[in-house]
Amino acid sequence: MATAAITAERENYLNQEYGIKSWLLTVDHKRIALLYLLSITFFFFIGGFFALLIRLELLTPAGDLVQADTYNKLFTMHGQVMVFFFLIPSIPAVLGNFLVPLMIGAKDLAFPRINLLSWYLYIIAGVLMLHCMLTGGVDTGWTFYTPFSTAFSNTKVIEAGLAIFISGFSSILTGLNFVVTIHRMRAPGMTWDRLPLFIWAHYATSIIQLLGTPVIAVTLVLVVLERALHLGIFDPTRGGDPLLFQHLFWFYSHPAVYIMILPSMGVVTEIIPCFCRKRIFGYKFVALSSISIAVFGFLVWAHHMFVAGISLYAALIFSALSYLVAVPSAIKVFNWTATMYKGSITFSTPMLYAFGFVGLFTMGGLTGLFLAALGIDVHVTDTYFVVAHFHYIMVGGALMGYLGGMHFWWPKISGRMYPESLGRLAALIVFLGFNLTFFPQFILGYLGMPRRYWQYPPEFQVLNVLSTAGATVLAVGYLLPMVYFLWSMRYGKVAPDNPWGASGLEWMTTSPPPTFNFDKPPVVTWEAYDYEHIPAPQEARSGG
Amino acid sequence: MFDTFPLWPTRASTTAGSVDALFIFLVALSALMSLAIFTMITVFAVRYRRRRGVASEQIEGSTALEVTWSVIPLFIFVVIFVWGAVIYFKERTPPRGATEVYVVAKQWMWKLQHEEGQREINQLHVPLGRDVKLILTSQDVIHSFYVPAFRIKQDVLPGRYTTAWFHPTRAGTYHLFCAEYCGSQHSGMIGQVVVLEPAQYESWLSGGGASGTMASNGQNMFQQLGCSTCHRFDTQGRGPNLVGLFGKPVQLEDGRVVTADENYIRESILTPGAKVVSGFKPIMPVFQGLVSEEQLNALVAYVKSLNPSPSGAAGGPTVVPSGAKPQETKVQ
Repeated sequence: MATAAITAERENYLNQEYGIKSWLLTVDHKRIALLYLLSITFFFFIGGFFALLIRLELLTPAGDLVQADTYNKLFTMHGQVMVFFFLIPSIPAVLGNFLVPLMIGAKDLAFPRINLLSWYLYIIAGVLMLHCMLTGGVDTGWTFYTPFSTAFSNTKVIEAGLAIFISGFSSILTGLNFVVTIHRMRAPGMTWDRLPLFIWAHYATSIIQLLGTPVIAVTLVLVVLERALHLGIFDPTRGGDPLLFQHLFWFYSHPAVYIMILPSMGVVTEIIPCFCRKRIFGYKFVALSSISIAVFGFLVWAHHMFVAGISLYAALIFSALSYLVAVPSAIKVFNWTATMYKGSITFSTPMLYAFGFVGLFTMGGLTGLFLAALGIDVHVTDTYFVVAHFHYIMVGGALMGYLGGMHFWWPKISGRMYPESLGRLAALIVFLGFNLTFFPQFILGYLGMPRRYWQYPPEFQVLNVLSTAGATVLAVGYLLPMVYFLWSMRYGKVAPDNPWGASGLEWMTTSPPPTFNFDKPPVVTWEAYDYEHIPAPQEARSGG
Repeated sequence: MFDTFPLWPTRASTTAGSVDALFIFLVALSALMSLAIFTMITVFAVRYRRRRGVASEQIEGSTALEVTWSVIPLFIFVVIFVWGAVIYFKERTPPRGATEVYVVAKQWMWKLQHEEGQREINQLHVPLGRDVKLILTSQDVIHSFYVPAFRIKQDVLPGRYTTAWFHPTRAGTYHLFCAEYCGSQHSGMIGQVVVLEPAQYESWLSGGGASGTMASNGQNMFQQLGCSTCHRFDTQGRGPNLVGLFGKPVQLEDGRVVTADENYIRESILTPGAKVVSGFKPIMPVFQGLVSEEQLNALVAYVKSLNPSPSGAAGGPTVVPSGAKPQETKVQ
């Protein structure tokens, strides 16, 4: 086992200690990142399996593959697992955990034990969620709308609510850790305007996690209490208000979209300058746009409720504010594009994902303009148009960014290179499969097919078949990287310290890094993305 | 081909046209914007691909450009916002004199009653070319009344009324969907809206076999429940006189002024203590749980019909004086 190759390796965070205990009791942010990687990948495939069953059911207009109740549980648990157990922790808890200390030149996060605690909370929540799913599941939709969830559903609402409640604490603690780390642990010379934009994105994300997550936690507690003790907070027959729930829910769950997409934007902002050999265009504006997305993101929640029965004037205000939050997103897209101008561009796998991200996020963002337009929202809300829109943002955007980031930093994380041509192929498959799956859903939505329908009128079938076909392609695209990442851990070429010739402190230490990240604490005397001083890599040029 | 694989929904209301116009504008705008961005990316990707001996040029950024590409989109966004808001404003403001239909949603069916008294389940017949106002409520969870061909959707909430309206422009049969997830048979909570030529509609209406208008049913309820004891048609009653109440501002005991809309009447029947009219004592009994949604609708329709306004929109204020006086003594 321990061959010459491994013993010849320098001591690093992977080989410093062995054994299950060295992992389960580790306080090393890099090892915790890997624990997260394993756990969120597990949940990703569970959520993906549900998605596949949903798409198979929708292959025909009749409800014939599963029962109606089963279908309702499938889309509920697909949403809950993907949102709370995959997307929200994905980039922050894996890549953020691994990279935040490395990028700012710290030897760990500010609170290593809290970091481990947050993983354990995630696991407790995950086990509870799994138990809930295996013993009957829940059918409220991931949105838990009252009074259905509090008084009518006879599934395991309380258990699912508690699982998400606990996972929220994991999220809060991660955010807290990042905020303190970014404030207090930066290496000498790593000023705020020298921070990589990945860090700015994570800082903005952490603020949302800290301020938003407690609200969903309280809301879920209220649902649980109402269900168990019939308090009457959301029950109109007791003087409660079901719309109050929607306000509370979306107060968190709209910003939660930015918890998912901001880190992805951070990843893309690292990848594009690297493969253009250029500094980022408009550093300050990109950094500021992350912060303004986080701030404005808290002011738009009721745009989920334009037909819910809110007042006319509330709807007008929330529509207007929703357009405000679109501006910083547009700024980012323009700056990424401008960064390519007069660059020296190569098309390695991470760059292909970054292109994919920009394309899909642009389409997701533009269709957001449709939904924020009040008159149109009335027609398309709660239809497949919305389903397509948020998958373009959360899967096309967030997940593409995550995969791009995984490929970009995999050499640093594992110390091995993945097969480049397979990587490019998978990126292409994901992009095509994604569009085939979700583009037809825009048309379905405008035609009027409501979401969460187990059976549907036959005239919607052709588009549903296309979508299901796309989902199978997409599944292949997701399985491929998992296979070759695993393969590369044993058979991949040994990665150099800086295979892409990238800027950033994480590339100045070894691959994989030693337990305390840097042999000598770094001192920063340069700006972020100073690509004129970094030679282009020999490795990447040959293409693999 | 197009029946089995439509790419555009039928357009059967005045709203549909205006929604489609904005939608087409946005599709064109999005196509233009994404085409511009994707062309730039492609051109840059080809033109500035790595070449031996050609280094990248470091550019820090440009505040002028940043401001330009923030302000121009913002300006476009304002246009979209205003356009969308205008449509919405119309969608949310039912015109006066519209035919009224009361809708009660429950897991998993639509129960509808025309103000003329006809009841329907999962089907709604309406006349072509007339404004139809829906007054919706739910018996259990939240549902949503959605007719894609009209481009209208309105959530239906338990414990209160929401309203929607449409003006059908094309005869035919259209999908009615529940658009808010409501449990097991959510996707089975569907129905049809049948738009009939006015003449056909009249004959449909007369063949319905309804027992009286909603207002007259409500009037009977009003007497059976003893409401008329206090709500007299003079100024001597222990409760406020309800004639001419609907749509008017009401001065409350606690100083607030509210408009007497459907929700106000509804609330004042179910939980009268919530809003007590100035000058009256909170002596009215609570009817929460004692009347069904349908009975409540009839009562509301009756109170609305007490408006002597000449608009004639509500059903028959003439029935009022006849039944009022004798009933008063009977209950005593």
